[in-house]
Amino acid sequence: MRTATARRISPFAWALSAVAVLLTLTFGVSIGAVSLPVLTVWSEISSNLFGTVSSSSSSEATIIWQLRLPRVLLAFVVGAMLASAGCAYQGTFRNPLADPYLLGVSAGAGLGATIAIFNGSGGNRFLLPLAAFAGALGAVFLTYSLGRSAIAGRSSTALVLAGVAVASLLTAVQTLLQQQNTDKIREIYAWVLGRLSTSGWNDLAIITPYILVCIVVLLRYRRVLDVFAVGDEEALTMGLPVARARGAIIVAASLGTAAAVAVTGLIGFVGIIVPHILRLIVGNSYRILLPLSVVYGGIFLVLADVLARTILAPQEISIGVVTALLGAPFFLFVLGTSKNGNVT
Amino acid sequence: MTSFMVRGLQVELGQKTIVNNIDLEISVGQWVCIIGPNGAGKSSLLKALAGIIPSTGELLIDESNVRDLSERDRACWIAYVAQEPLMPAGMRVFDYVLLGRTAHLKMLASESPKDLEIAHYVISELDLAEFIDRDVATLSGGERQRVAIARALAQASPIILLDEPTTALDVGYQQEVLELIDRLRKEKKIAVISTMHDLTVSGLYPDRLMLLANGNVVVSGTAETVLTPENIAQHYGAKVTVITHESGPVVIPERNN
Repeated sequence: MRTATARRISPFAWALSAVAVLLTLTFGVSIGAVSLPVLTVWSEISSNLFGTVSSSSSSEATIIWQLRLPRVLLAFVVGAMLASAGCAYQGTFRNPLADPYLLGVSAGAGLGATIAIFNGSGGNRFLLPLAAFAGALGAVFLTYSLGRSAIAGRSSTALVLAGVAVASLLTAVQTLLQQQNTDKIREIYAWVLGRLSTSGWNDLAIITPYILVCIVVLLRYRRVLDVFAVGDEEALTMGLPVARARGAIIVAASLGTAAAVAVTGLIGFVGIIVPHILRLIVGNSYRILLPLSVVYGGIFLVLADVLARTILAPQEISIGVVTALLGAPFFLFVLGTSKNGNVT
Repeated sequence: MTSFMVRGLQVELGQKTIVNNIDLEISVGQWVCIIGPNGAGKSSLLKALAGIIPSTGELLIDESNVRDLSERDRACWIAYVAQEPLMPAGMRVFDYVLLGRTAHLKMLASESPKDLEIAHYVISELDLAEFIDRDVATLSGGERQRVAIARALAQASPIILLDEPTTALDVGYQQEVLELIDRLRKEKKIAVISTMHDLTVSGLYPDRLMLLANGNVVVSGTAETVLTPENIAQHYGAKVTVITHESGPVVIPERNN
């Protein structure tokens, strides 16, 4: 008899992914208003990391180390977080349309940011993210407590519906505030569309610890996400504490998403599209999907950011617009050409 | 484990009592089948035993209280197969059976070689080796039931609850699945509690029948004592003839005109 093993990512796929990450990061740093040779990029990074002699000029050094590298890494970290949060939500809610904003994160962050901008903190690099972060977590908390009390946490549908209700409510409040302060709409709009411009390493340093912890927690739940696939009732009789496991996954995914949103605004589509494209290629097991979502979510957002910076250079397009413009047709293309066409 | 005892089991849904004051005792190797008209509370009773829906009353395995157990520990004692088990698209038969080991793993742990070995053993035991790489969503009804039973066996619980294991199956698959359950409960000393729709079939394999009506046990005992024209007329509102055959009572509905 043939011997099967549990699903896991092959060493070849890992190696391929590692190379892809390295190439994407290098590409992301070398492309821009001033194109930099790959070797210059590497020698500058190496000089900063290991104290080797750099071949780059001082202006090149500033572009690489102070502008592009932090931005590229921020894109990678945020993309990884959004894709893995979307993937985890899809698993625990058994809903292929779940995205990281399912439980009201986006509406909450939007309201938080709107309030901060109205109070004149729009330019504050510390207060604006903090307000968005607090808004996002507040919204998820509200959704979770409403959804749980509705039917004692026995069905995930109540939670999703509560998310819809909370998002509508918070969006209405945000709209109301905007109507009373129309002069700030432009500023709010720019935030809502999402952006990755950074002030050196600050933003990255603030959110990376949160995101790292959240991703590690989610990765540990990858087998549990496969158990969720058989449905709540049977998962429970198989010994999975369904409510507790779902709670932990929601907390990790929401906290990480809130951290990402706080710094970059709303970047749509990454959380749906990356896991789905991976699904079409590697199948539905979260033991494989989740780690690959981390890797390819990061890669996707770095590449989307390169496009955002270069298509209309020197003007920059909002990253959220690029992910949607790029993501939607690509997704349809993959869906149309895939052999099994099975997205659930 | 030697026996599973249920005393005064009660399931309430809002103001309504779905399952009322049920007593049941079963030892390993036995098969008790719950029958009754639609809406009698058969599935609710099984779900209450599985811990899916809340209930009150005593649930004892030997002398220990099932209600004190965590989800994981409870699953080590009691496995459950739904009427139509959800078969996730893209999941291999092997992965599905392996999920049965969840109760024996810490929540965030991965399977050990021993868990893989048990999954392989169960798969070969149930003649599913040829399906091992098949997508569970592409299996036929009878294959699905067997695969779901394999998952429950991998769970290695001494009590297995089966909700209408044969309702969706044609007579060939029905026989195959029932023979399988019968063999396993005897060989592996498993206590089987099932619900069933078909009265004649319910009299074939189980040791005892419990006839449930409006949430109450109205008759229980051997097939011969439960499957009488009087009982069936009273609780199903059906006019039937019962013929005694060597394998059990045969229930034949009568034509009215």
